[in-house]
Amino acid sequence: MKRVVITGAGTINALGQDVPSTLSAMAEGRCGIGPINVRDVERLNVRIGGQVTEYDPDEYFNRQQIALYDRFTQFSLLAARQAIGQSGLTFIGDLSMEAGVVLGTAGGGVNTWDENYRTVYEEGKNRVHPFVVPKLMNNAGASHISMEYNLRGPTYTVATACSSSNHAMGQAFHLVRSGASRVMVTGGSEAMLSFGGIKAWEGLRVMSRDACRPFSANRNGMVQGEGAAIFVFEEMEHARARGAEILAEVIGFAMTSDATDIVMPSRKGAAQTIAACLRDARISGDEVGYINAHGTGTSANDKTECAAVADTFGPYADNLMISSTKSMHGHVIGGTGAVELLACIMALKDGIVAPTIGYEEPDPECALDVVPNEAREAKIDVALSNAFAFGGLNAVLALRSA
Amino acid sequence: MTDDIETRVAEIIAEQAVLEPGDVRMDMTLEDLGIDSLGLVESIFAIEEAFDIQVPFNANEPQNSAFDISSVASIVAAVRQLVAQQHPA
Repeated sequence: MKRVVITGAGTINALGQDVPSTLSAMAEGRCGIGPINVRDVERLNVRIGGQVTEYDPDEYFNRQQIALYDRFTQFSLLAARQAIGQSGLTFIGDLSMEAGVVLGTAGGGVNTWDENYRTVYEEGKNRVHPFVVPKLMNNAGASHISMEYNLRGPTYTVATACSSSNHAMGQAFHLVRSGASRVMVTGGSEAMLSFGGIKAWEGLRVMSRDACRPFSANRNGMVQGEGAAIFVFEEMEHARARGAEILAEVIGFAMTSDATDIVMPSRKGAAQTIAACLRDARISGDEVGYINAHGTGTSANDKTECAAVADTFGPYADNLMISSTKSMHGHVIGGTGAVELLACIMALKDGIVAPTIGYEEPDPECALDVVPNEAREAKIDVALSNAFAFGGLNAVLALRSA
Repeated sequence: MTDDIETRVAEIIAEQAVLEPGDVRMDMTLEDLGIDSLGLVESIFAIEEAFDIQVPFNANEPQNSAFDISSVASIVAAVRQLVAQQHPA
């Protein structure tokens, strides 16, 4: 078994268009959620989101690339550029043949679907642009990263709703840990803030119309975000041999299925996944200092997740910190675990635990240290990142400080 | 109308080839112009939009398509024929 470290990170999300700006926003407890700018917003009931603003694709891509890249692919490529740039790796020879890309996305090219449905259904046209399929397919982001950086190894996309990027990163971890590849590019991306993408979520009646307040007694639902985060996972000896900066070590991963309900989370399923992740990492619960929660701000998730953490850690649950950064960047759906892994890296590397902002009233059913409203300084050795998706699909990662 | 079709087709092809329309000569092939398979289907889409016509073209068997893409001139001739058929004056 090889050890796996992270040697590059990149992101674009509502809090910032790179890692330093995102982490400083998290450390300041800044909220990236606000009124959204999408076509036909006046027909939406939910009009807030964690939208990427002040973003001009023309700044990064030429006209032909823009014709071919959905917004989620653009986000994937921008985050990958930062991550691979930071890693300092170039992919030639044997490394190029084994290194690949595993990305998570729930919806893929949602904006492309949306725009072209308008063309054929609303405008009644009988012809769409030839690039609709290569633009909307869920693997477009992974494939374009692979082409851009000559990554010829295992390359695919995982779609497990809100666990997509944790599943993706877990599988990249497995590929490096097993020795199948020395380097994998991994993470997730989502760009679902379009009229159709928001309208679909409205239908479920789980969305807040004013703010995302995870764990707070007066929470009233989730808020969608968008963006991407991409990482370079590298075999530790390979990284050390070339003197790369190590951001954190990935030490464990577990994934399970509740096999019970298509939308309701399961306390038992969540607890079993966290426990399995600790076993996989060969650590005991009391080594964990921080958990980046799934923390969607819905009634069901937050109390179930807190109960699962209490079940897994016993009395020690009161000694660890658990926060939901979705309160700041929104729920990035298939990209959310990747954006949230940044908060874990900040806790481990910089000793700053990101807060749960918008916290107003304690909820006896969420009676853990949720790091309300203000970041905290602490020495964290091990951090977990939870994802508990619709469909009952759970994926938890464990990281250790380098 | 004749000149219009030739000019407009040259503009569409030039855009795909990232050239000035004046640099597109009638005897050039798509290969000469560096237009690949995706560029070809995008050109056909743009031609359909510009002239409001249906172009019979299957990328799986371009040589058997009624739409002759062997040169810019053949494309212009094919478009002219389709416009005449589909929009009789």
